Amino acid sequence: MNERSVIHRASATLAVLAALVAPAFAADTVDPVADARAFRKFFTDKFPKVKLEDFVNGPYSMNEDLHRQWEEKEQFPPYEFSLGMGKEMFSSPFRNGRSYQDCFPNGGIGVRQNYPYFDEKEGKVVTLELALNRCREANGEAPFSYVRDEMAALTAYMAFTSRGKPFDIKIPNDPRALDAYQKGKEYFYTRRGQLNFSCATCHVQSPGERIRAEVLAPALGILNAMPIYRSEWSSMGTTSRRFTTCNSQIRGVPLNPQDDEYRNLEYYLSYVSNGLPISGPGARP
Amino acid sequence: MSVEIIKIALSLGLLVAGATCAAAANSEQDFKAAYAAAEAANKEASALRNQWTTTTSTLAAAKKAADGGDFDAAVASAREAEALARASIFQATSEKERWKAMEIR
Repeated sequence: MNERSVIHRASATLAVLAALVAPAFAADTVDPVADARAFRKFFTDKFPKVKLEDFVNGPYSMNEDLHRQWEEKEQFPPYEFSLGMGKEMFSSPFRNGRSYQDCFPNGGIGVRQNYPYFDEKEGKVVTLELALNRCREANGEAPFSYVRDEMAALTAYMAFTSRGKPFDIKIPNDPRALDAYQKGKEYFYTRRGQLNFSCATCHVQSPGERIRAEVLAPALGILNAMPIYRSEWSSMGTTSRRFTTCNSQIRGVPLNPQDDEYRNLEYYLSYVSNGLPISGPGARP
Repeated sequence: MSVEIIKIALSLGLLVAGATCAAAANSEQDFKAAYAAAEAANKEASALRNQWTTTTSTLAAAKKAADGGDFDAAVASAREAEALARASIFQATSEKERWKAMEIR
């Protein structure tokens, strides 16, 4: 073996080793900007005919027939009663005379795209649902159920006032915020439940495919339409309801709504959909 | 009697004895031991934030069978629940690294 072939072999070995090491290193590096770019590219490559802003319409963006049905449904949207209820609740004062408007920037109007945010004082993610219940409790009112009715109505109204505004989730320069983001990402990709599904099994590997009678939504923009009226539920549901029912559908015991894992998951999923417009409240089959 | 026949007779005797033991009805004590083992495993899955709904329902089935005095069914369900809980623990542990394989990069 001459000297040149030894060098070639050594170089080839090093290249193979570098290729093996690089993905492992990449997986351990937290880079939300790169994640969001790759996330968007994955879906736009997979569905080149779908306009970027249309991903927020979930299953309706995946299928032309469904899209037409949805356009007709929007003439008399099933979330309308909830929206009206939310508007009334939002403007009604608490017993102490204050109201939701006092708890949010800009009186709570047109701010949905900024939730969830990382609260540096608390060191945790604060979702819109959590902020609403904290507002109630701070004003001497009992918190609402996180999964339906009143909470869905309030978030429906707040989402409606933000329609068309792009998600604008920030990750402050705080290692705890980056950690929360990373934990949310880990939750999204982790398989759980007896069916051994992760969130990504349905919403990354199989969007547009059917699972029983449902067409699966893409993960890109999946929270932009929340809260939603689901025909399957015959009622409105919040992001908390969506997360907990997803867990039980794969035969996993759901965590409590607004547990850290769900807050982090919402943070991650919202961040990677930055730039896509809020379309909530939505309607789904 | 030849040595061979003695050997066969002894083997048959052992087989019958074994079969009798296996067919012996489970007692309340057996159920309590199997249930405690299943509950401990499910508690471990809970600490890992990864309980399965089927473990919970199978544990409930074991309890119901025991309350009705059917300890064979109760022990069978408790053992199944323990197996489910152990599978959920394995899943949670192995996913600590495996989730990265599914990540969009």
